[in-house]
Amino acid sequence: MNFRVSEGRGEELGARAEFDFEVAAPVAVRALQGWGKYPVVWGREVWGEKLEDITRAANLSRGLGRSYGDASLPAAAADLVANTSLADRLLAFNPQTGVVRAEAGLCLRRLNEWSLRRGWFTPVTPGTQHVTLGGMVAADVHGKNHHRSGCFGAYVRSLRLRVADGRVVECSESAEPELFRATLGGMGLTGHILEVEFQLERIPSSWIWEETERAEDIEALIERLRRAGAHWPFTVSWVDCAGSGGKLGRGVLIKGRWADPAEAPRKLPPPRRSVALPFDLPSRLLAAWMARAFNALYHRVHRERARAVHPTAFFYPLDFVREWNRAYGKRGFTQYQCVLPHGEDRYSPRRFLERVQARGAPVYLCVMKDCGPEGRGMLSFPKPGISLALDLPIRDPQSMQRLVDELNEFVIAAGGRVYLAKDAFTRAEHYAAMEPRLSQWRRVRDRWDPAHRLRSAQSARLLGDRA
Amino acid sequence: MRVVFLGATKGMGRALARLLAARGDELFLLGRDRGELERSCRELEILGAPRARFAYCDLLDRATFAPAIEEAASALGCLDAVIVTAGMFAPQEQLEADAELRDRLLTANFTNTVHFCELARARLLAAGGGTLCVFSSVAGERGRKPVALYGASKAGLSRYLEALDHKFRSQGLRVIAVKPGFVRTGMTAALSPPPFAGEPESVARVVLRAIERGTPEVYAPPIWRWIMAVIRALPRAVLRRIEF
Repeated sequence: MNFRVSEGRGEELGARAEFDFEVAAPVAVRALQGWGKYPVVWGREVWGEKLEDITRAANLSRGLGRSYGDASLPAAAADLVANTSLADRLLAFNPQTGVVRAEAGLCLRRLNEWSLRRGWFTPVTPGTQHVTLGGMVAADVHGKNHHRSGCFGAYVRSLRLRVADGRVVECSESAEPELFRATLGGMGLTGHILEVEFQLERIPSSWIWEETERAEDIEALIERLRRAGAHWPFTVSWVDCAGSGGKLGRGVLIKGRWADPAEAPRKLPPPRRSVALPFDLPSRLLAAWMARAFNALYHRVHRERARAVHPTAFFYPLDFVREWNRAYGKRGFTQYQCVLPHGEDRYSPRRFLERVQARGAPVYLCVMKDCGPEGRGMLSFPKPGISLALDLPIRDPQSMQRLVDELNEFVIAAGGRVYLAKDAFTRAEHYAAMEPRLSQWRRVRDRWDPAHRLRSAQSARLLGDRA
Repeated sequence: MRVVFLGATKGMGRALARLLAARGDELFLLGRDRGELERSCRELEILGAPRARFAYCDLLDRATFAPAIEEAASALGCLDAVIVTAGMFAPQEQLEADAELRDRLLTANFTNTVHFCELARARLLAAGGGTLCVFSSVAGERGRKPVALYGASKAGLSRYLEALDHKFRSQGLRVIAVKPGFVRTGMTAALSPPPFAGEPESVARVVLRAIERGTPEVYAPPIWRWIMAVIRALPRAVLRRIEF
């Protein structure tokens, strides 16, 4: 009950007197960080239920801060960041068509709880439900069904944006289509996302039918992933990066689909409990042997089986531990996620993992998934190929920079790219080399925001925006 | 249930209104931002309220109370519950420096909330009773340096609600005083949350249960009941010394 101003910089704090029934916009100067806890950046953050008010002077919108790196962080301490998470209302729903419209701060968890009971679900979901709709659009998120269903942006019908000159614009495939496509995956740099209208998917039951199988090395796992993708809407695999030689990349393939009513339990899935990690674990725990032990345990626990599971357990296994990012200690971690295109070299993923291993980086978690075709989002991450996502604890930023540089060079040579929602280390020249669509996107951005008023720490790093 | 709700567009009020709507309660919102009221009504209907309507009411303008409550009562036909979550918060330093702000806060949180409650309880009693649920705060339990004025306004409100419950319970009026601890809402967004900070959704669930059971005093999250029991027991000399 300590009503103290955050971070002890009270003189700069604009915590105004406010009513909880009138426009209120408390502003706090505070240290901001993404989910990976690196980097940490000072900035001014403003909250409010009325996005049209709080975005007026803001340089960037930020939701629940679940992007891992610096995508939701301000480019400079004087920049204003609008926190959208209080603007979380459903605005319209058509029960016949499943089209829903909501404020950009709506948390996916709330949407899921509501829609699941009505026989609808989001057509695409990322691996956590603690994200806002605005964030899902800005990162054009993908999920376990990308090989079949594409990105979230494929289901967005319309967006309400506050663009850099202050105007509020409704955009879609028919109205300002370029702005619309540049905003899908545009990391919030083309306008503040105020409202999102998108299509929900009808589901036959509120349960997922899940089957798991194991594979003994990375090539076998990729082959199984590819074959499963032809029949299963949801596929994902967990890869043991600690194994070596013949065992490198052994893993577990998880396949899923919405269960038929006949094979699903009658009742609705109950709300799922979660536990909190109340403090940062000591970084000492992050030794290579711990990663090996963790991965061996994971491999052992995951037997081959088939069963109906709770959709929350299927889509969001890590949400079971709230603030699991604290497991990586105070120094934080980065998630390196890249897509390696299908090519002649079927050993490309193996060589990628060997590169990581050679660096001695302990990898607790590596998730692999196959991606389908590129979507309409101008800067969206996925393209046909194999996506690999690795959590890498940061011992010191310099050696992490070297590792990411090396991995990026590998990815560029393979014709792949990295996912901006995860990224904290990629260099501007590497990003430019990965992203042939960048000049087209820049053209749209320059048209709507020639001064680059909307910017982030990430855009300063990757696009050279002046901080 | 047919509910009149002052403060449903934000924070804990928003969360509580959502739970009521999901139960199928009919809601009538009072407030002063028409745009926000309209948006909230649309959402509450999507969530399951058979109908959600609104009227203008300003906690700082006493003249708006009676017409707003009348309009709500005639729209709903009959009232089962009146809920007040609206209130005002400002940092102690600002309240010390600004007499006009101080006056507004004390008026909104105490004087005018009491006036509103008097009209509401008269309305409810005339129809044979009902529930009057009002949000006070744990800040009113002891005099504390960082919230001297805000806490005083809530202390007065808590005493009033307690007495109201004693006086009218036998006539069918159930008065519920909610005492939230630190809850992460727009009102507290600029403050750094202490341990045991709550979320609006969990507070709303606790309050809804209290409304269903007619519990006269609710701490939310519930752990604050025990925290406040300790704080109430602290000798004055100790409280003076610690920066609490």
